[in-house]
Amino acid sequence: MTAIAPSAVIDTDGLDALVTVLLARGRTVVGPTVRDGAIVLAELSSASQLPYGWGVELDAGRYRLVPREDGAAFAHSAGPQSWKSWLHPARERLWSADRTPEGEVSFTAAEPEAPSYAFLGVRPCDLRAIAIQDGVLTGGRYEDTGYGARRRGALLIAAECTEPGATCFCVSTGGGPAADPGYDLALTEIVDDDGHRFLVRIGSEEGARLLDDVPHRRADMVTEATARGAVDAARDRMGRALPAVDLRALLGASPEADRWDDLASRCLTCGNCTLVCPTCFCTTTEEVTDLTGDHTERWQRWDSCFDLDFSFLHEGPVRSSGRSRYRQWLTHKLSTWHDQFGSSGCVGCGRCIAWCPVGIDITEEVAALRAEQETETER
Amino acid sequence: MSAPKLAVFKLASCDGCQLTLLNCEDELLALAGAVEISHFLEASSAVLPGPYDLTLVEGSVTTAEDAERVRAIRAASRHLVTIGACATAGGIQALRNLADVDEYRRTVYAHPEYISALATSTPVSDHVDVDFELRGCPVDRRQFLEVITAFLAGRKPDVPNHSVCFECKRRGTVCVTVAHGTPCLGPVTHAGCGALCPAYRRGCFGCFGPSGSVNLPALIPLLRRDGLDEDAVERFLHTFNTAAFDKELRS
Repeated sequence: MTAIAPSAVIDTDGLDALVTVLLARGRTVVGPTVRDGAIVLAELSSASQLPYGWGVELDAGRYRLVPREDGAAFAHSAGPQSWKSWLHPARERLWSADRTPEGEVSFTAAEPEAPSYAFLGVRPCDLRAIAIQDGVLTGGRYEDTGYGARRRGALLIAAECTEPGATCFCVSTGGGPAADPGYDLALTEIVDDDGHRFLVRIGSEEGARLLDDVPHRRADMVTEATARGAVDAARDRMGRALPAVDLRALLGASPEADRWDDLASRCLTCGNCTLVCPTCFCTTTEEVTDLTGDHTERWQRWDSCFDLDFSFLHEGPVRSSGRSRYRQWLTHKLSTWHDQFGSSGCVGCGRCIAWCPVGIDITEEVAALRAEQETETER
Repeated sequence: MSAPKLAVFKLASCDGCQLTLLNCEDELLALAGAVEISHFLEASSAVLPGPYDLTLVEGSVTTAEDAERVRAIRAASRHLVTIGACATAGGIQALRNLADVDEYRRTVYAHPEYISALATSTPVSDHVDVDFELRGCPVDRRQFLEVITAFLAGRKPDVPNHSVCFECKRRGTVCVTVAHGTPCLGPVTHAGCGALCPAYRRGCFGCFGPSGSVNLPALIPLLRRDGLDEDAVERFLHTFNTAAFDKELRS
């Protein structure tokens, strides 16, 4: 990729200034911060709210906040939310209608809530997830106008990954710890004897203009090399991996696998995996009326293929068993997503593994499906 | 066209669900404008005879008299909606279903011979056809208004039967089980409260009863891991919706 301007270096004061400048320009700054025993995404009023000195210890069904001696701000992964909470919010009003006493009905489209967002600390896996949702929600004939408005106005400041978690597997989904194009600025955090600093790569004109207002220096070769080295090292430290096979074909060929029964015995069908997934986009719409019956509103809200109502047709759900619902989710994510949107739906962020209460691990499940297929073939 | 007649009846219960309706202070005037409140003893001693267009029943059936009465209520009602854990699942008093009522009676009352009670506490739907069951202990105010509004408009109430986890995730609450190791019934509990307890860092204790899709054998090992012994797990599941969770346990 051709850089718009040479890379720069900022220190933690520079990061403070960056947030100050964003706020002064009327941006709603969203970034990681510590709340309720986790590193959540929330609106920030200052860079001091970033999770300096906090990391995470992850496992299937387990997330713990742990202190970090190096004081790093972006050395964490698989938080409980993703950026879809802002771009594709859990609830959104689509339109309302009113009826006059004479019986005339008028419809009013809802103005999408579209603050001018700046997302600070978007990890490379999440950049890819945003790109996938862009395709799903704005790439087809019928754009989700609310998403489109929020997305076009959003400024993305990536934080490259130097600290993958135990549930991370982006490399095996074709991604990696380095930020792909699509960001306005990309930070790579370095904490060493030369201090706490961030290599800043510029990805857009707007990113360049933003950096102009922030104290920075031109990147030196040592900082650039250190940053590259840290990101390259992260590539080899993924906690997990999907099997290196054609997953689209594997899942496509596995609808009758016995493994789905084993999985269903463990699955709570609670829906958490889909709700934390940064690419899961499904919504339902509900009409609500008020007590007078003269005012009605249509709301869109997150739905999930684990909800029985999701496949409810004339008096019953089509996918009533846990087996059929889990199979639907994983097969769509890794296989039929290709048919529908031209790529896999998984970026390897590991959230579905960490936030599944019973710790179902999709890398393990896919490996089991593969083993089952191999056994079948041998027979 | 005259306003639809609304009736509220109570069987064995604490009155908390009826109070939820009275607590809808901002909407009460609109409600009173939309319906004719014809029988609601908690609010008014003025009583109008049936038939009623929409009847709300709180409480479970615990006496032979109430079993009769609920049939009369059904006969006088065009739509019958049960409200709360007692009416929809037998309530906390359904603990008697797993015990010896005579022994309870002898232990608790000085004159047990004055007490006439059935051996079980059962939901209204065990006795008569019910048009809709609204869960909760107590019911959620927002859902309560939604159900009344939906029946007035002749549409299906927007009351999803998925898990409490959906509500935690929608409101951005950090999972108390995954992040804190707190025992939580959220994954098996019917949504509706807005995931109130986890938002205050407490585990869900299941007051809305089982969700539409429950896998207790998968959840129990987590409750054990997070510090509940076998008895504590039993107690956790045997609270406000004791009969409903017990049925899931044995299914």
